Amino acid sequence: MPPRIGVVTFPGSLDDRDAARAVRFAGAEAVPLWHADTSLHDVEAVILPGGFSYGDYLRAGAIARFSPVMESVIAAANDGLPVLGICNGFQVLCEAHLLPGALQGNAARRFVCKEQLLRIENTATPWTSGYRPGQEVVIPIKNMDGCYVADERTLDELESSGRVVARYLDGNPNGSYRDIAGVCNAAGNVVGLMPHPEHAIDALTGPGTDGLGFFLSFTGVAA
Amino acid sequence: MSDPNLDTVERAARTPDHPQPFAELGMKDDEYARVREILGRRPTSSELAIYSVMWSEHCSYKSSSAHLKQFADKAPKTDILLVGMGENAGVVDVGDGWAVTFKIESHNHPSYVEPYQGAATGVGGIVRDILTMGARPVAVMDSLRFGRLDAPDTGRVLPGVVAGIGGYGNCLGLPNIGGEVYFDEAYAANPLVNALCVGVMRTDGIKLAKADGPGNKVVLFGARTGGDGIGGASVLASATFETEGETKRPSVQVGDPFAEKVLIECCLEIFAADLVVGIQDLGAAGLSCATTELAAAGTGGMDVDLELAPLRDPTLRPEEILMSESQERMMAIVTPEHLDAFTAVCAKWDVTATVIGTVTDTGRLRMRWHGEQIVDLPPRTAAQDGPVYQRPIERPYDQDVINQHDGRDLPRPRNGEELRRTLLQVVASPNLADKSWITDQYDRFVMGNTVLAQPEDAGMIRLDDGSAPTGDTGGTVRGIALSTDGNGRYTRLDPYTGARLALAEAYRNVATTGARPLAVTNCLNFGSPEDPSVMWQFTEAVRGLADGCLELGVPVTGGNVSFYNQTGSTPILPTPVIGVLGVIDDVARRTKQAFGTDGALLYLLGDTREEFGGSEWAHVVHGYLGGLPPQVDLDRERLLADILINASRDGLIDSAHDLSEGGLAHALVEACLRGGAGARIVLPEGSDPFVALFSESTGRAVVSVPRSEEVRFTDMCTARGLPRARIGVIDLLDTDLDVQGQFRVPLRELRAAWRSTIADRFAP
Repeated sequence: MPPRIGVVTFPGSLDDRDAARAVRFAGAEAVPLWHADTSLHDVEAVILPGGFSYGDYLRAGAIARFSPVMESVIAAANDGLPVLGICNGFQVLCEAHLLPGALQGNAARRFVCKEQLLRIENTATPWTSGYRPGQEVVIPIKNMDGCYVADERTLDELESSGRVVARYLDGNPNGSYRDIAGVCNAAGNVVGLMPHPEHAIDALTGPGTDGLGFFLSFTGVAA
Repeated sequence: MSDPNLDTVERAARTPDHPQPFAELGMKDDEYARVREILGRRPTSSELAIYSVMWSEHCSYKSSSAHLKQFADKAPKTDILLVGMGENAGVVDVGDGWAVTFKIESHNHPSYVEPYQGAATGVGGIVRDILTMGARPVAVMDSLRFGRLDAPDTGRVLPGVVAGIGGYGNCLGLPNIGGEVYFDEAYAANPLVNALCVGVMRTDGIKLAKADGPGNKVVLFGARTGGDGIGGASVLASATFETEGETKRPSVQVGDPFAEKVLIECCLEIFAADLVVGIQDLGAAGLSCATTELAAAGTGGMDVDLELAPLRDPTLRPEEILMSESQERMMAIVTPEHLDAFTAVCAKWDVTATVIGTVTDTGRLRMRWHGEQIVDLPPRTAAQDGPVYQRPIERPYDQDVINQHDGRDLPRPRNGEELRRTLLQVVASPNLADKSWITDQYDRFVMGNTVLAQPEDAGMIRLDDGSAPTGDTGGTVRGIALSTDGNGRYTRLDPYTGARLALAEAYRNVATTGARPLAVTNCLNFGSPEDPSVMWQFTEAVRGLADGCLELGVPVTGGNVSFYNQTGSTPILPTPVIGVLGVIDDVARRTKQAFGTDGALLYLLGDTREEFGGSEWAHVVHGYLGGLPPQVDLDRERLLADILINASRDGLIDSAHDLSEGGLAHALVEACLRGGAGARIVLPEGSDPFVALFSESTGRAVVSVPRSEEVRFTDMCTARGLPRARIGVIDLLDTDLDVQGQFRVPLRELRAAWRSTIADRFAP
């Protein structure tokens, strides 16, 4: 039995199909989860994909955080369920207080879409265990509100406890504090990432296959 | 309760001499007289609203339709067209049971008035056109023209337009895979924003805009109707009936991309369950257009209770509701048996759906407002039988002068150092410079099927999303390629040739990626049709495009005409933007632009002549426009396309890039920079280095051929009779572009010049 990974679809989710494809590429089964349904259908992990959840005319992710499916995701995450939030998913996780900090408008006040060099700094999470510590990868980034912010003490704590999962290299695309591209919770099971690993699983349609590691990390552990 | 201000059919019959503001609504005396003749009485104000918008230039094509007929009359014989011109968008059979629909449309004037919303709703409108055909929209492109890059107003218009396109398209989750951006003073107060959308469906999933079957329900769904985009209708509400407090409403529509995203998913689920008889989006002319067109194309009649339309602003009058261009609305014809299932899908997506009428066989479109008859007209008279004009046509008085002053005397670079400086100047020209400041604001990755995106020669989308096993197609995955092109300077010099040049370039761009060109869409941007010299430009361009499509064997599937693009009496450069769609059997075989194979041999395909009329060199170095544009040889284009497609399929080339503005020099720079690879170039013996580097002769491409394939490739060119010249070699370790015997320039210097022009203008 391949591991079952749930992919949440909010009405404004955009990268849910891509995330599901990446899950299948990694040998797992992608289970669609609907925003209005509290059931997680016994999945072994959940991905919150990119997009604009409920339009995000308020703060990105601010409404999604109160959706029926998030009730279950929050409870399960606190019980240790692996959760990966990508872009809008990262925003939702911060709004839900599963992750510290917040994501603000890009420093340049423009949407930015580019191939981005990252360094994977924490390989202890279920989503990054397949990478080498310090591995440099190229993964697309595309967002309007991707500037990661937190107070100094939180940032110090994230760094000292190794909870910075990935950092931007070769130019910070959105003004994120300390070049942070992704963080995890204290237990390490919840990871938020601004870049889109699901768009880097096939050299035909992305910059390469560097992103596949996030999904293989999970299936490798579960298999 | 009777409404004293309501203009009913009964009241119209009783008050034949009641003055009506038809002129303010843009109607001519004889058009108004014709409406009276059709109805046998004066129109009610609601009917006047309908006729005025449906007979507008924008909706009726009254100045252009007599000429656009050529696209049908001269259409090449083809069996790939599943739906031709006249529907919301044409549909093309691309094989394996896949059908593709694509179209390009202008939103020029709104984008000048309010750049963000104008451009955003331009994207929204074209996406709904594609959705209406039953297709899932899968990509967008944009063809943009602005005033001079350094003009102050460009600093207002361009960032707004780009943010609007991105803000809407990104939120819909549609990859933006290509387009163009050009700058010229001629567009200063009249930018062009042409948006293209392409959609994919199975061939048995095509939907049409017709209201068939008496008794079937007319359902309005999506956003509520508001006061945006009404424009002229306030004339009706205030001037005719002296209602107090004239309303000043925004005439540019406001977009809500989230509402459209939800509407797309809702419609696709409705289509999958086969729940509609017909469907139409609400775009220009809103409810007026949807009701008259659906009825006219179907059984012929429709009864509507207009007060049932859900409103965002409850004070709207019926005339305003009919003319509102509120976005994100659709109208479907649904059988009574399917109505519950239809509304259930809408409820799942939280989309408001309301039955507002019924299909009839009366041949009349009848509308009531709280029980009183306000519209009773034959729908075909509004939707199909609008006025047709044969506008006066006259060759511009200055045409010969422009053609004769061909710029032969313009100083040219005479030595290597001057050529080098010219190259840096051309590369940094706003028209040729790096556009990533713009395109990095668009999501090109979403959906995970983007095989090629800008700045590649054409955008390419994989049709199969990779979720199904590919075994049944032998492991290959079909894809489509798209390119848009248009050169206003060429078209100004010779509109017949200019349109053919735009077609030829889009066709060549598609073939350069390895895809076979199949079909054409167009957006014809011109000045006022009431100016005989503009009409001459227009008719020449249409004739050129129709002839060209026939010669290339690619049918026109649909398009859009945008007139009145001018400031005062000065029209824009005539700008036909041509989109070409192609198909590739296996996307893994696509050809990229970048130089990437060390030691691969560079071949220049085609003939180079001394052609500088309308060139980027003349424009950027001398600010000059005169002479004649490059010649077009469509037989040569077909041959070149064949070679590029076969070479891609058989793995004979590692890269290909078409030659256009800036000539060979600019093509080499782009391919070097894209691959981060140096190249050593030896210009053909006996050639004038300036002409070889900067001429804009068409029908050319530069390809890189791995040494192992050189004999096969050159044999193929020889057998087919395509001229080719070996002009150099790729050197991955070299950090220069070296034009031997002339100059050497570091890629770093080229990249700096190419990158800074637009980025610096809009920094930070």
